[in-house]
Amino acid sequence: MNPDFQQSHFALFGLPERFALDGAALDAAWRAVAAEVHPDRYAHAGDAEKRVALMMATRVNEAYRTLKSPLSRARYLLALAGTDTQEDTNTAMPADFLMQQMEWREAIEEATRAREAARLERLAAELGAEARTLEGQLGDALDTARDLPHAAALVRKLRFLEKLGQEIDDALELALS
Amino acid sequence: MALLQIAEPGLSAAPHQHRNAIGIDLGTTNSLVATVRSGAAIVLPDLDGNCLLPSVVRYRDEAGQTVVGHAALAAISRDPINTIASVKRLMGRGLKDIDEANALPYRFIDAPGMAQLQTRAGVKSPVEVSAEILRVLKARAEASLTGDLLGAVITVPAYFDDAQRQATKDAAQLAGLNVLRLLNEPTAAAIAYGLDNAAEGIYVVYDLGGGTFDVSVLRLAKGVFEVLATSGDSALGGDDFDHRVYCWALEEAGLSGLSPSDARLLHGASRQAKEALSEHMQTRLAAELSDGLLVDLALERDTFRDITRNLVQKTLLPVKKALRDAGIGVSDVKGVVMVGGATRMPQIQQAVAELFGQAPLNNLDPDKVVALGAAIQANLLAGNKQDDEWLLLDVIPLSLGIETMGGLTEKIIPRNSTIPVARAQEFTTFKDGQTAMSIHVLQGERELVSDCRSLARFTLRGIPPMVAGAARIRITFQVDADGLLSVSAREQTSGVAASIEVKPSYGLSDDDISRMLSDSLSHVHDDIEARKRREAQVNAQSLIEATRSAMDADGDLLSADERTGIDAALAACAQTAAGDNTRDINEAVSRLNQVTEAFAARRMDRNIQRALKGQKIGEL
Repeated sequence: MNPDFQQSHFALFGLPERFALDGAALDAAWRAVAAEVHPDRYAHAGDAEKRVALMMATRVNEAYRTLKSPLSRARYLLALAGTDTQEDTNTAMPADFLMQQMEWREAIEEATRAREAARLERLAAELGAEARTLEGQLGDALDTARDLPHAAALVRKLRFLEKLGQEIDDALELALS
Repeated sequence: MALLQIAEPGLSAAPHQHRNAIGIDLGTTNSLVATVRSGAAIVLPDLDGNCLLPSVVRYRDEAGQTVVGHAALAAISRDPINTIASVKRLMGRGLKDIDEANALPYRFIDAPGMAQLQTRAGVKSPVEVSAEILRVLKARAEASLTGDLLGAVITVPAYFDDAQRQATKDAAQLAGLNVLRLLNEPTAAAIAYGLDNAAEGIYVVYDLGGGTFDVSVLRLAKGVFEVLATSGDSALGGDDFDHRVYCWALEEAGLSGLSPSDARLLHGASRQAKEALSEHMQTRLAAELSDGLLVDLALERDTFRDITRNLVQKTLLPVKKALRDAGIGVSDVKGVVMVGGATRMPQIQQAVAELFGQAPLNNLDPDKVVALGAAIQANLLAGNKQDDEWLLLDVIPLSLGIETMGGLTEKIIPRNSTIPVARAQEFTTFKDGQTAMSIHVLQGERELVSDCRSLARFTLRGIPPMVAGAARIRITFQVDADGLLSVSAREQTSGVAASIEVKPSYGLSDDDISRMLSDSLSHVHDDIEARKRREAQVNAQSLIEATRSAMDADGDLLSADERTGIDAALAACAQTAAGDNTRDINEAVSRLNQVTEAFAARRMDRNIQRALKGQKIGEL
């Protein structure tokens, strides 16, 4: 019924469909679009408009969330191109990457047991740097080389890092309390 | 149909006509009502000039006559069982969730979802008690406004969970208020502060109220108030500081086992001592107990600081969590806005100043700022044209999830997601031929189901029998702009779309509300039917106006057929609204809503395109 809901997240915000993204432009476009459809603008309107505003605002927030994070943005671009990232099925990883994972996981566990917030912060920074490197490679694979299987493999690696990052976050929260 | 004036999209047909809307700060200790008059937000006082209404309700007789406010507060030690204070701490809470239940003088009744109170006027739920407070504020507003009251924005602690929010909304409905929005208290304060000071940058709102603590981190930029993260403790507030002083007094005076009346009396004296210490280095805590015993103690500010040290520390933890979640450090923070009467305590001011390395901002009245912000937001939501246009982007405070195998929670919507937000998850059957499935919805951050707040349990029935794992049940969690959750489910593969809507178990059904309404109105000779009819007529009228102005502005988006359909629905709506059959009016309204839905979607689409274009021009 609603053509707008089939639009891609990029088209919704009037942005080019690629991995490299101007974060400030995304923020600005999100705010501009959100301002138009936010339920606050329709609080005194009829139920039809309220319902549509709720649906649209939800969709706009979802689009923003998806594009904002590099991992979900890459995943979304791959989905648009019809490439399955196989995150749940394909667990084959290069040996050196797996070794590094294990080292990180051990370091996190140790720091968590010791409740050492500073060490956890350091690990988070290390992970962040590694993630930035992978994101750079993702940009090449998606925007330049158009090597989608390679991009999918990079997404799987980033997913690993994200899970580790989540563990550090949980541990830090524990260390804070 | 006659041609009408063209209105701004999304605004009312008659912009010159002011619509009355109010903001209500429904506080643990005190409540306030404010409105925008001639462009300025003001708190409305009672006949004696008091702005603060103590949030205390006394059930005076068996018939349910109540007194609310100062008169009730004055009776609190005389009639502690029937005089309910700090009811906000009980909202949406089961008896087992209320840690301090034993210390309170009430007769609690354990009920599913929410604890109830046995009073001389019968069993009352915290929702009903809160509705009494809201009724008084509504009457106060109506007495000072000319014309109908369109609706109210009611503030809630940002850290309130779904049950507490739903209970607040139910209370407003029970008090006959049209809720325009539930607004988070720190966000309301940020609006009042931000607009007043043209603030831009990252701000933290530290809001320590009577019974709740919130902290929100916001980015203020070009008329957008964006909440980056929020945290808090919905059972920590000024009351707890009073209680520490009370416990200290008991120990110092060698007292134990006080009667409910004496306990109330000593609590009152403890509160006064706490307040005095914000001004003075030392104070006296004095009370004459019912057996004639005189308690008379000297309390130093340093002692007060020592006995409340861990309470102050307890507020700093959520502050650090919120900063972490927002991904910012203390040096990024431009200012810390202090909200809530409890932030007057010097040890709080000092702790916040130390943490942020800057003096907190105290230039707004910490008691009034939330109500003022709510009034400004209410004015905007009512569609009144104002000088400042702004957008509020708020978040949900706690993650939403469901129970999976082994009593574990799976998060579906993470905390600090911008609302409105929806997430869908697919589930499948465990056994061959399974036709039903139980879903347990939870809110909280912990991994174990037993550590999270249980929001709803519901059973999905009517799943077509298939082999195990073949059914695809898609469950959608939607959180609206009030921060309230609704859940719907649909079986995907069968084509037989079994769809359900779930109202969480602690919420009141429409029947409950009707019954409570008639209970509460029976002694004031109000005619519910007449009220419902009037509401339906007002509602129909405003929908007709809005639809007509939308057609004037964007009529080119309609085909001739669609226009004919809408015209017919409009005419039917106008005709029924002129009559007095409430059900006919509501049916005509819902038909008009139905036939205009696609039109509404196209108009919003056009507005989006317009906004993006406008923004690109702005960038050049």
